Amino acid sequence: MTSPPAVTIAGDALIGEARLFDGLRLDMPAGAWTSLLGPSGVGKTTILRLIAGLDTGARFEGSVTTSDGASLSGRVAYMGQSDLLAPWLDVAGNVALGARLRGERPDRARIRDLLARVGLDGLGGRRPHELSGGQRQRVALARTLMEDRAVVLLDEPFSALDSGARAQMQELAGTLLEGRTVLLVTHDPGEAVRLSARAFLMEAQGLSPIDLPPSPPVRALDAPDTIAAQAALLRRLREAA
Amino acid sequence: MAALAPFARGLAAFAFAIGLWQVVVWLTGVPHFILPSPERVARALVNSRALIAQNAVVTFAQILAGLALGAALGVITALQLVSSPTARLLLRPVIVFAQAVPIFALAPILTLWLGYGMGSKIVTVVLIIYFPVASAFYDGLMRTPRGLLDLAQTMNASPWRTILRLRLPNAVPSLASGMRLAAVYAPFGAVIGEWVGASRGLGYLMLLANGRAQTDLMFAALFVLAAFTVLLHATIDRAGAALTRRFAEPEG
Repeated sequence: MTSPPAVTIAGDALIGEARLFDGLRLDMPAGAWTSLLGPSGVGKTTILRLIAGLDTGARFEGSVTTSDGASLSGRVAYMGQSDLLAPWLDVAGNVALGARLRGERPDRARIRDLLARVGLDGLGGRRPHELSGGQRQRVALARTLMEDRAVVLLDEPFSALDSGARAQMQELAGTLLEGRTVLLVTHDPGEAVRLSARAFLMEAQGLSPIDLPPSPPVRALDAPDTIAAQAALLRRLREAA
Repeated sequence: MAALAPFARGLAAFAFAIGLWQVVVWLTGVPHFILPSPERVARALVNSRALIAQNAVVTFAQILAGLALGAALGVITALQLVSSPTARLLLRPVIVFAQAVPIFALAPILTLWLGYGMGSKIVTVVLIIYFPVASAFYDGLMRTPRGLLDLAQTMNASPWRTILRLRLPNAVPSLASGMRLAAVYAPFGAVIGEWVGASRGLGYLMLLANGRAQTDLMFAALFVLAAFTVLLHATIDRAGAALTRRFAEPEG
């Protein structure tokens, strides 16, 4: 992995003639988590997909720039709301998917090591349908780590999990993705407060920063300042809705 | 017991149909050259077993060869269509057009071109199953979840590896349903080919028996063909179900 760059996206996006966002600028600091919250349909996922270089259905007039000036192509990993596991591959095969798709020989030892780190030691031979929702999302995390990219884009990755599994996954992802430039799109104020170094509320009129506790992430679920920041954020979301 | 139940039910339905047939023959007193009784057909089946077997082997070989060839062509076409927009533009209308031409109209020309041998019948089978296989497999290839393709793109996957390692396994269940249809259509193609012009095969035998008012022999040949079709369908159905279990998320 190259040392993670800071990423800035700035510009306008149009769907047909309608403006999705206008004069928007998002700065993601290098090697830290940035969260994006806001009502549905405001363009959060569009921003994430623009950074990933994926089709968005919107016309983007602007730029995605990095602090080291190099292109993001080949430096981005993506993890979505659904785990996107291939049902015909076993767990190890799913973690090795990127290598296989590039025609490389997957590093078996590294796969075993990553599976152990996400808490799936010895489950490499299981098929996805034999796993729980939480375990499946752990496989997706291992697959993301296997890619070893400097920039990681997470689009509501834990929203389909029950609250227990979600809290565990937040801690795991927060620890294992530490030091990378991460963009987290989420609807969960608690998640944003726990994991982010920087967080923004995205609305039709643009981005506004969200106050976060001074302690470094991953913040404890039950720390008083985490709970207070979460409550304040929830109030703002209610007013924005 | 549970595995036996469908077989037992099939047997019961078969016995019921035979019974009904026998009752109709008794009640109407229809002459045997119009509708032979099941018992007469069974006797024809036993008495002419060598003749039926000789011709059945030819028809079965045509069906299996046509099925293999047509499936291979269908798979190659679908892969071609999915990997190249130009192929989609040029080939798709041609395929739909080819499917729109009734096979009955084509069969005489095929016989003219390829002669009375097995070649023209195999090509008829190929033509009849090519479309269902190609279109079912193509649909499966195109129905790969958007998210998986996005993931592949961020992983810098090469286009043909995306097809080989994501689209193709994802389309295996669709190919299996295309093959199930093909198994039922294939015998149809072989018999049409034989009706138009042949010197061997079950279709030829049926035509011959009909011409000589040997209705019982005709029914016996028909029975053998139908039994083979059911067996072929059941085999492909089982193989398809096993493949679907292997490649798709089990439901529920």
